[in-house]
Amino acid sequence: MTAVYKHRLFWPIVSLITLIAINAIARPQFIKITMRDGELYGPLISILRESAPLMLVALGMTIVIATRGIDLSVGATMAVSGAVALTIIDGSGDPGNLGTVLTACVVALLVSLVLGAWNGFLVSVVGIQPIIATLVLMLAGRGVALLITGGFITTVNSEPFAFIASGYLVALPFAFLIGVVAIVVMSLVERRTALGVLTEAVGINPEASRLAGVRSRSIIWGAYMVSGVLAGVAGLIYASNIRAADANAAGVFIELYAILAVVLGGTSLNGGKFSIAGTVVGVLIIQTLESSILFLGVSSAQSPVFFGFVVALVVVVQSPRMREGLAALSGRMRSRGPGARNDDKVEVA
Amino acid sequence: MAAMTTARPKSGPSEGRPSVVQTFLSRHGGMMPTFAAVAILILLFIGGEIFLRGDFIKPLTISNLLINYAYLLVLAVGMTFVILTGGIDLSVGSVMAFTGMLGAKLLADGLPVGIAVPAMLLGGAAIGLFIGILVQYFGVQPFIASLAGLFLGRGLAFIVSLNSIKVEDPAVLWLQSTRIKVGDWVITPTGIIALITVAIAAFVLHLTRFGRTIYAIGGSEQSARLMGLKVGRTKIAAYVISGTCAGLAGLLLTAYSNAGYPRNGIGTELDAIAAVVIGGTLLTGGRGYVLGSMIGVFVYGTIKTIINFMGAEQAWMQIIVGSLLLLFIVVQRAIVARAEGRR
Repeated sequence: MTAVYKHRLFWPIVSLITLIAINAIARPQFIKITMRDGELYGPLISILRESAPLMLVALGMTIVIATRGIDLSVGATMAVSGAVALTIIDGSGDPGNLGTVLTACVVALLVSLVLGAWNGFLVSVVGIQPIIATLVLMLAGRGVALLITGGFITTVNSEPFAFIASGYLVALPFAFLIGVVAIVVMSLVERRTALGVLTEAVGINPEASRLAGVRSRSIIWGAYMVSGVLAGVAGLIYASNIRAADANAAGVFIELYAILAVVLGGTSLNGGKFSIAGTVVGVLIIQTLESSILFLGVSSAQSPVFFGFVVALVVVVQSPRMREGLAALSGRMRSRGPGARNDDKVEVA
Repeated sequence: MAAMTTARPKSGPSEGRPSVVQTFLSRHGGMMPTFAAVAILILLFIGGEIFLRGDFIKPLTISNLLINYAYLLVLAVGMTFVILTGGIDLSVGSVMAFTGMLGAKLLADGLPVGIAVPAMLLGGAAIGLFIGILVQYFGVQPFIASLAGLFLGRGLAFIVSLNSIKVEDPAVLWLQSTRIKVGDWVITPTGIIALITVAIAAFVLHLTRFGRTIYAIGGSEQSARLMGLKVGRTKIAAYVISGTCAGLAGLLLTAYSNAGYPRNGIGTELDAIAAVVIGGTLLTGGRGYVLGSMIGVFVYGTIKTIINFMGAEQAWMQIIVGSLLLLFIVVQRAIVARAEGRR
């Protein structure tokens, strides 16, 4: 029992289940899933579908945070990726052509890869603090996206492109499946090879791991590139969902939600040990919470207050001071078992 | 960290007699980024003058910097305190929006300025205190703690009202509409408030025990604690100052735009951080000047003015500020590397 209780994913999963349970009691249709034309529908399915961009961004963020970094530029990368893809599709003669759409997506992802590589270069080679290094692109990236779209919101009517966000494959939303593929690939690469361990080593002590022969520079650089590409995919999903490239609105605040998801999942911002499963649970908690807040009739603009308190609550609960306090409390309760007289001694000591 | 200042006296007899320039550089190495900011500002002015054929350097343009960016200057002052302790405050933009909304709402409900303005400052200070307590007592990283503050402020702004609230109070409008003229130079009460804030901050940072403690914490928190300085109290105070400044900025922005708007200041925290960094304050803490942050704000404002004059797209603003930020960080990085190498 203590093994379950002590597991790092225990609290995140309990929170998620509690959230779903509260929702299910408040409105029973929340957990209802219907099958229509071989496609699944329902609030839970919507949560899975809508969580896809955040899922991808948060996965990349997990790896970056594991190397003791942070990537603030993911929102800007999303904007650039969407802008590139839609400008190519819009500029081509045939927006509905699958080949055009594929080319556009590949180019957008390559651009995202370059942006990620740029961040990685600044952090691993130049040696700039990650917050600041990625802040540069966070500021400039949106400007680049605006230049690409010429300051307008580029809209396209392209069936294959719209499929990315709203299409279905084997009864499940395609966007969700992209997220699943990303999760599976990440888990396999990080956990079935030594890469995950090496990443944690770099995050725990970059200097020591370098001396131990870990190529920390390449690992850090790679982490930012992965984050860039995943943000690029997220940007495509976002653009596909609204069928437009909105350089100002794409991925605003997503870096903050992604960081929150990673922290909720139990990965420390100090780098080192990371949990992909934890991040997945974290993303689902955020998306479910968002959905519950909307259900409560709170405007989505006001929902940040809830997230503010959630962040504060989570970090306070995770803080060493709180842990010590709880440990002392449970220790005192245990000592009360055999005889109440022990109490005084404990307190004097 | 504080290698520049500690390594100063003994530069070694083997080097021979250093030139005046070398002595100056090694003595004031910490000020180099700020000098670089001044140089950039002068270059920007010359560039603007050349591009706009002699229509740029005139009192009105320079006066407008303070008229238009008084709020950013106040934010940058607060941010300087936090960054000097080695922290960061992401909440200032949304706290500014929240306090602006709060003030506008209180005034719209008929409360006098004497209540609304202190309420704005207290609102900002309260969020600052919240962040400070998270950072100090719960060991939360400043980035995350202020992130909670950012969410909180933004949400609270929307809870006050989803739409903008017009401000018709004469006292608040007076702050921005009054133009005090000295020759061709113009200044508004908002600009004066901003300058007074800078002056107070400079005094506090350089001439009080509290200010020295701020620098000491940024240099090395551990050492500061071992020296018996009141680290916890000072760190929390830095966040409270930043929050209060954000509240004041909310007042200035409300006076500037005649309204409270819940979407104000999205991304302004980044502008403030950029201004502070451009002004030569090191993000690792312990080194920097509030006057440098003022220069940073002017650099930011000048770039924006030039872009407006040229009629270029605002997109360039983001790209140029981002590139400048990069430039300054690389310069700082080089300076720190040199300082560490010398030690």
